[in-house]
Amino acid sequence: MTKLRNNKAWWLVLPMFVLVAFSAIIPLMTVVNYSVQDIFDQNTAYFVGVEWYQEVLRDTRLHDSLIRQFIFSFSVLVIEIPLGILIALLMPKTPNWKTSLVLILLALPLLIPWNVVGTIWQVFARGDIGLFGWAVNALGIDYNYTSNSLDAWLTVLLMDVWHWTPLVALLCYSGLRAIPNAYYQAAQIDRASRWAVFRYIQLPRLKSVLVIAVLLRFMDSFMIYTEPFVLTGGGPGNATTFLSQSLTQMAVGQFDLGPAAAFSLIYFLIVLLVSWLFFTTLTYEREDTAQYKAVQHNEGGS
Amino acid sequence: MEDDLPEAISLFAWMAWTQPTALFFVGIGTIILIMTVYEIKRPCAQRKGFLPIATTRGDRLFISLLTSAFLHLIVLGATDWSIWIALAISTFLLLITLRWG
Repeated sequence: MTKLRNNKAWWLVLPMFVLVAFSAIIPLMTVVNYSVQDIFDQNTAYFVGVEWYQEVLRDTRLHDSLIRQFIFSFSVLVIEIPLGILIALLMPKTPNWKTSLVLILLALPLLIPWNVVGTIWQVFARGDIGLFGWAVNALGIDYNYTSNSLDAWLTVLLMDVWHWTPLVALLCYSGLRAIPNAYYQAAQIDRASRWAVFRYIQLPRLKSVLVIAVLLRFMDSFMIYTEPFVLTGGGPGNATTFLSQSLTQMAVGQFDLGPAAAFSLIYFLIVLLVSWLFFTTLTYEREDTAQYKAVQHNEGGS
Repeated sequence: MEDDLPEAISLFAWMAWTQPTALFFVGIGTIILIMTVYEIKRPCAQRKGFLPIATTRGDRLFISLLTSAFLHLIVLGATDWSIWIALAISTFLLLITLRWG
């Protein structure tokens, strides 16, 4: 394919560029400026160089928050992605009223505002009046998310799984629906097992939606704030204090704008790096595979 | 002090600009501008160098800048070295990656 020259369509990108400049680039530049200064008010700021970066990078509380955040985000991905795929696979291939009903039920948690999700689970998981907490205690398990760190962790994780697995399931379902029937017919002729159909037809075809699902879930879970804040308030102790909550405490609670800006930039760089790694690993095709596909495409075309 | 500034500059005074950060953004902007002009004059093709993936020129720039950012953070967080050492290593890595990456 030859590259188009003098493509005037590029000018159409200009409005989006201006929009992104105002909504992202200018605020980001301001954060960079704040991160090297001690900000007292709008007119009083002193240049401190890289001092805030050194302070933030050597803060053990933030190290703990970062580790917690990574464990949380990876747990979310490990549970939600396979579970979402499984739910999508269990749904009927041909749409009928049952499919519509399941789709509506699946979409319901996605429609609930984040702070309400936190409140729902705060009540739901209480040992005295909450159905979930009461049921777990009735089974003889000593469960109390307000005093036990592990219980708090599991409750936050369960809440996120309940809230966001439907998104993965809906994305995967749309991906599965896009697979032409001819593939399944060919698999039937070859007497392919259910696993082979999944491994060699469904999973490769789901790749593009899974990239979106993994990226969305990683970025969202890495920035989680409202739900654990409402449910546990970061406690017991600091057990469920994630990065965004530490950042909010620093920026809004203590009004340390300089360190908070340095922290935000480090946070941003981590999200950027991990998202880029996920995206590259999931979308990268080895050169030989790409060449094989190109040959196949050319043969098909001629 | 703000009254002395020309109106166009005082419009951006709320962004709390400092000379080092302004130079930093001018540097990044210049790199992007040079790479854009270079790409228009001599469009690049994806190729495989010492990096584990095939990359375009823009990919290599992105990888280099991201590596530089983390290198600076490591130097600041784990050593007592001057930031200029991190900058020197980063520039060296940028050139190596762009040429052979």
